[in-house]
Amino acid sequence: MKENTCCSPSPKTAGNLKTDDCKCSEGIQILPMNGLRPESMENACHADSALHADEPCCGPPPSPRSSPHEKPGYTVCGFVEGFLDTPAGAVPRVKTKTGLYDFAGTLKARSGFSRNDYKVSPGLYAVGNPGTGSPVLVTANYKLGFDKLRYCLKHSDAWILVVDTRGINVWCAGGKELFSAGEIARQVRLSGLSRVVEHRKLVLPQLGANGVSGRDVKKGCGFSVIWGPVRADDIEAFIARDMEATDRMRRVTFGTAERLVLIPVELSFLWKPTLAVIAAIFVFSGIGPEIFSVSEALNRGGMPLAAYGAGIFSGAVLTPTLLPWIPGRAFSVKGVIAGMLVFVPLVFAFRGEVGELEVFTLLFIVLAVSSLLAMNFTGSTPYTSPSGVEKEMRISMPLQAAALFAAVFFWIAAAFI
Amino acid sequence: MEGFRHFSGVTTLALDSAACIGCGICTHVCPHGVMTLNGKKAKIADKDGCMECGACARNCPSGALAVTPGVGCAAYIIQTWLKAKNIPVDAKCC
Repeated sequence: MKENTCCSPSPKTAGNLKTDDCKCSEGIQILPMNGLRPESMENACHADSALHADEPCCGPPPSPRSSPHEKPGYTVCGFVEGFLDTPAGAVPRVKTKTGLYDFAGTLKARSGFSRNDYKVSPGLYAVGNPGTGSPVLVTANYKLGFDKLRYCLKHSDAWILVVDTRGINVWCAGGKELFSAGEIARQVRLSGLSRVVEHRKLVLPQLGANGVSGRDVKKGCGFSVIWGPVRADDIEAFIARDMEATDRMRRVTFGTAERLVLIPVELSFLWKPTLAVIAAIFVFSGIGPEIFSVSEALNRGGMPLAAYGAGIFSGAVLTPTLLPWIPGRAFSVKGVIAGMLVFVPLVFAFRGEVGELEVFTLLFIVLAVSSLLAMNFTGSTPYTSPSGVEKEMRISMPLQAAALFAAVFFWIAAAFI
Repeated sequence: MEGFRHFSGVTTLALDSAACIGCGICTHVCPHGVMTLNGKKAKIADKDGCMECGACARNCPSGALAVTPGVGCAAYIIQTWLKAKNIPVDAKCC
């Protein structure tokens, strides 16, 4: 153990430990943190404390003295396993394995509860034991993406520069100009990166290119940009290939698993519209020969509500799941086809109860809702262009509106016949 | 993109071959393999694969590529329609 590491001060001086005392030798050195305490460190720490393992004590033995990296008002994140001392200050070293805390956070973000506020602090992080020649990987401060990147660096020594994109993922932040050359240059300066590494290169995720001009990054901070692969899964292979991407690494994909994870967030958007739909169904179901009947509203409301649910299932679950296999290029058409599939069992469930006119209401509700939600899914896909989506909306939305109008018309008409 | 294709003939992507210097950066940043390098000039190899993300145009050093970038999201497009008609939007970004 070197003399000038953190736990070295004698018991007499440890009480008023100054930050200067804590400075490690120049260069990069791992400091202990959160359970990461080398054996010799344990001994040194115990020597200056009241810990004597063999003496009787009430309760469990006290834990060792706090690390100098614990600061008042701050909490060390669960994904940090230690700190590296660098010329630009202490840099947190992150774990490359999933923790329970990360998993719970991922579930919350994926279900839509914390999706818009799931951030990590911007700045410089380390993975493994990086040195002055290690690659610098730039990413957004959306925790889901940051986690994905560190999990994909299990065999690497690298620096991760997290840019303040306000908790938005790389691609969307690029579109909003939050993942930008200016923001990257700012973070390079703030982090003191030029004192940490000797080279002047940044590896950027390819999907950030919609918001970042490589030339402007170079102008802004002197670091040149290497466009990395689309997926973090390919980052280690990309580094191993001397920063050369294959064609496959450059292409975005939209496989079944990639589509399925999007479904919960699609559904989470529907709470507010659903309340409005329930209110509308209540009102339209109560209209009849008695002008308005609350008992009729409650009595008749179940069927259209079930049709609405079927439309949601078809448009926001079935269509994304079966996307490449449902015929048609237009999402609204795919939604109608999927809607037909769920309409058949729906009517079967209500056989004997549903009237001739009411069948049309159920059909139009299912098709319109399914078509609308399927069309809305374009915003979550990585291949539709705004020009294409706008064209589709101009054609489909009048038809969807007409179907909803017809649904209401048949429903009210059925009450009078 | 393999297995997926939206409407054809809609993209605003345009290449000015005369201005192209053949650096090939567009082939690196495009996530759909729309651009290829044909000798010393870039070429639009799969125009209908373009999703108008704008990565190529932003990174083109000679301004040879142009595209109107944007978000292919229905909620966002409705907002732009309402804004164009000066109807105030309870702006929730997409």
